[in-house]
Amino acid sequence: MTGRRPGGRRTEVSKDDYYRGVRTAPYDLLKELAIATVALLVVVLVLSAVLSSPDVPSATIQAWAKSDPVDFVTTAATELAGQSTTAQYGPPYNTNSGSVQSLGPIVPQQWAGVHVAVNAPIDFVLEPLSQSTVGDPTLAAALSTFNTATPAQQQKWLNAYVQALGSATLVGAQVTVASGDYGPLPLLMSRLLGLARTGGLDALLLTSGHFYQTDYSKPLLFMADGGYLVGLAQAQDLTGSQWGMMNETGRYPGQAWLWLFTLWYQIPPYTTASNADLLVVLTMTVLSLALLLIPFIPGLRDIPRWIPVHRLIWRRHYRSIG
Amino acid sequence: MTEAGDESTGASPAGPAGGDRAEGAPGAEAGWTAAVRDQLTRRLTIEELLPTRQPAYVGSWVYVFGVVTIAALVWVVVSGVVLALMGSAWWHTSSLGHFFNSIHFWSVQMFFIFMVLHLWGQYWGAGWRDGRAKTWMVGVVIFLVSIVTAFTGYLVQQNFDSQWIAVNAKDAVNSTGLGGFFNVLNFGQMYGLHVMLFPIAVTLLVVLHILQVRSKGVVRPLGDPYVADAGVSTAPGGPAR
Repeated sequence: MTGRRPGGRRTEVSKDDYYRGVRTAPYDLLKELAIATVALLVVVLVLSAVLSSPDVPSATIQAWAKSDPVDFVTTAATELAGQSTTAQYGPPYNTNSGSVQSLGPIVPQQWAGVHVAVNAPIDFVLEPLSQSTVGDPTLAAALSTFNTATPAQQQKWLNAYVQALGSATLVGAQVTVASGDYGPLPLLMSRLLGLARTGGLDALLLTSGHFYQTDYSKPLLFMADGGYLVGLAQAQDLTGSQWGMMNETGRYPGQAWLWLFTLWYQIPPYTTASNADLLVVLTMTVLSLALLLIPFIPGLRDIPRWIPVHRLIWRRHYRSIG
Repeated sequence: MTEAGDESTGASPAGPAGGDRAEGAPGAEAGWTAAVRDQLTRRLTIEELLPTRQPAYVGSWVYVFGVVTIAALVWVVVSGVVLALMGSAWWHTSSLGHFFNSIHFWSVQMFFIFMVLHLWGQYWGAGWRDGRAKTWMVGVVIFLVSIVTAFTGYLVQQNFDSQWIAVNAKDAVNSTGLGGFFNVLNFGQMYGLHVMLFPIAVTLLVVLHILQVRSKGVVRPLGDPYVADAGVSTAPGGPAR
């Protein structure tokens, strides 16, 4: 144990010396722990029985396709056009740069490279459709028409179709757009919508050549590109501008310990910065290091002496020694 | 294996008889085992680990927060073990499972509430003084690792909250370059981390923290009158180290 003699020189102090003259009292550590454990269990059991815990069912692509087919088809067309957030994202999903954040020359996202490869047009649209062509020659032909068209032709169809979807209407279960030159896109999207409505797309976006699946990157990225998921989140007060990072569904406490992390997203310059996530992470890293190193930071380590909260903590002790 | 020349008359196989520290002093026996044992017993005796008397100033409510945090961790782990044993989908389909999830949920809330109270208590008491900086630092690391542990727990609930937290958190994680290695959208990876690696890390760190606290003893109150014989730094206005 280190101490400091009157002259200020740090020195080793034995435990006997350190506590010399300190009044002691009987103390039963294990009894205190046992009482605390039982008491806490009682509190937790009462809270669990009375308040339960939140469990809002997960959203599915099937539910999305049924409740908002226009948004679903618009998202799928945007994926196929390579214009969605995921398609443009950058590492770790692809080599683009739409969501790459940097701070001057510091670009850790770019440096790390692609590790969860996602090809939005193929993974989200073309591959699931190609797996559905069995017994559907019309779809196979439409898919072939699209795949054999030049990139320029494909883009022309996609641009026109995505624009037309802005004023799409729902006729029965079908998404209908104004007449135009969209190539095979209306049929492809109609089939994809049908596939999604059956729940088939939920499953197809999980397949990766293995029997067992635990990676939900693709279906989650696809859903995040649409407006359905964010709409559900908004209804639950979970979006970023609603302090969503620390909120929980329903009227339950969430990750309240993330309040400081969430706070930065509510105030400038973080609210307007294109690299807000990186700035917040760096800010929190600096603050965490400061918390870790408080014993060595002049000023921070002296605040407890300047603001005498310790007079409350050891109230009885100070009273006893006058 | 014991060779003939290593045998010493009357030496107990368990080491110096009766835990006599003089006989067990460094250099009394050679070898790694003896060296580690000597270091451990010098740093922490069984009396220090399980004391029956403490300084009277420990009779403050602020010391209860740490104990209650450990109590909460006990129930977090117990309820988590039950949930892990029954499988990740159990609590969505069984009312008993949902009840155990509720126990897990509220235990975690209690764990954080009392851990933060403990942290503030130690801050305002400047608990890092007199050679306790490492104890403070391990405590902060527990706090930070616990946040990541809880975060992975929220990611593996398999409900809407998990989905939304995952798609939002991915941008912050990806911006650091860690997204490809800590993929919040990958349930399997997050589940493994949440039920195995992080709980073990938190538990081991808490054990280390307790051993540090018991080894160093409870820090004296700020501004405690200086005891001439002790030569310690708790004099009024003394440096808060």
